[in-house]
Amino acid sequence: MSSYAPVIALFAIGVAVFAGALLVNRLLRPTHSTPDKLTTYECGVDPVGEGWAQSQVRYYVFTYLYVVFAVDAVFLFPWATVFARPGYGMTTLVEMFVFLGVIALGIVYAWRKRVLTWT
Amino acid sequence: MRTFIALAANPDYPTLEDFGKDPIWISIIKAVGIFVLLMLGVLFGVWFERKLISRMQHRYGPNRAGKFGLLQSVADGLKMALKEDIFPRTVDKVLYFLSPVIIAVPAFLAFSIVPFGPMVTMFGERTPLQLTDLPVAVLLVLALASIGVYGIVLAGWASRSPYAVLGGLRSAAQVVSYEIAMALSFVAVFLVAGTLSTSEIVRAQSVGGTVSLFGMEFSTPSWFVIQLIPSFLIYVICMLGETNRVPFDLPEGEGELVGGFHTEYSSSLKFAMFMLAEYVNIFTVSALAITLFFGGWQAPWPISLWDGANTGYWPFLWFLLKMVIVFSFFVWVRASLPRIRYDQLMAFGWKVLIPLNLGWILLFATFRALRIDEGNRTLIMTMLAFVVLACFLIYMRFDIVAQRRKREQEAEVAAEFEELGNAPEAGGFPVPPLDLPHYHGVQRKEVSSGTH
Repeated sequence: MSSYAPVIALFAIGVAVFAGALLVNRLLRPTHSTPDKLTTYECGVDPVGEGWAQSQVRYYVFTYLYVVFAVDAVFLFPWATVFARPGYGMTTLVEMFVFLGVIALGIVYAWRKRVLTWT
Repeated sequence: MRTFIALAANPDYPTLEDFGKDPIWISIIKAVGIFVLLMLGVLFGVWFERKLISRMQHRYGPNRAGKFGLLQSVADGLKMALKEDIFPRTVDKVLYFLSPVIIAVPAFLAFSIVPFGPMVTMFGERTPLQLTDLPVAVLLVLALASIGVYGIVLAGWASRSPYAVLGGLRSAAQVVSYEIAMALSFVAVFLVAGTLSTSEIVRAQSVGGTVSLFGMEFSTPSWFVIQLIPSFLIYVICMLGETNRVPFDLPEGEGELVGGFHTEYSSSLKFAMFMLAEYVNIFTVSALAITLFFGGWQAPWPISLWDGANTGYWPFLWFLLKMVIVFSFFVWVRASLPRIRYDQLMAFGWKVLIPLNLGWILLFATFRALRIDEGNRTLIMTMLAFVVLACFLIYMRFDIVAQRRKREQEAEVAAEFEELGNAPEAGGFPVPPLDLPHYHGVQRKEVSSGTH
């Protein structure tokens, strides 16, 4: 567990430095805001509408697919580390074939459902 | 190659037990050292990139601030820090303020597991030249990359601008897609090294193995880049996609999205933090490429003939040199390739990189099993044949579909040509007939355009 302590130290340094930079920035920078300055920039023309545009639902579907494959990777990593050790060889190989087969079904399903196609 | 490396004095490789035993002040020195290194790296990395890409485009690049324009980034940074910061009226104030921090801090954290060198003596303490190492070190980098995605999405969402929202969503979908392919390309490395800890992966690349083929012994090279070239190629593509770099810099497609998720961050300190995080991410994926595929801090061949090459603080220099080379590759790609379309980007990630990767993992694992498990040779051979056959069948299927699609497209174009040839107005556009007599020959008086 003590191996994680330096990670936490670096995290603390990171937060401290960025918080400090933002604080110093707040003290040093000029502030002369006008209503015109405070409008949303968008593309330079006066903004129209609410601000949040509707967007495609498929971004959401892609994050779902990501979860499937991220879990897949998390299972693959420990498998890869023990694979070469004595007493694992054959069985682990077959098991991984089955597992990857099931995962591959997932991507084939998404493919057939045309999730991966952009129109 | 193996014999050459064996010549060099055996370096002092750290093991996992060597980590977590540093006194607290050594840890703090190392952490501050990494921070300073990355900050300076970004300052001069930006300068180096601008200078190199200018030369590739026959320009001079920055050459006003300081000698050779070296202080250009410092000047830009000072300007950004002292400039008026605008909080647009409609933004979600808390998230708008926090998201640069959410992006920047994990970017720095990922560097804590990068090995810079072997065991060294630092102020009288023997310690590895690496902040820390974990049994799941590479997984930590992937996890931190995922946290960075939150910063991107929240920055886009909190800005309350359609372009920023779209840029944030695009960027998130792209980064998570390429992260999967990236994680899968690591699996072959773990199969060979048998560990996820970065320092042990470096050690696994110190000596090559031997392959017996037709009764002869061949020594395999020690760096994984040669042994695992398919994984490496996929990783190179993914690291460009993961860091939103050209040719995958869709989140910042100026023509369609203005500035992407950071459109509403006028060039203030917060914008500088986004840029900082982007460069640190580039350094992280470069460092990972070096650690996993290019032998980490170990000296390359001609230098490794020298006995002291892999001892003391020297490996730090080799590591930095390798970093400069990988970073130059990023710049070279940026100078050479155009941006690709978003649907092509996602299709390439999901339909090409991920299936290819899965197939390669199976193939490589079967080869490994063949070498480890001598007893079950026939069974493994059967599985190998099965994998190869399956890959072939899948490829055939793709080929057939692609050919059919191509033929359909050609037929469609030909039909359209014929239709337009017969009836030019059929397309719905007011097209004059192709044989309309409108040229009256040279006898008529020519009317110059200048008088009208």
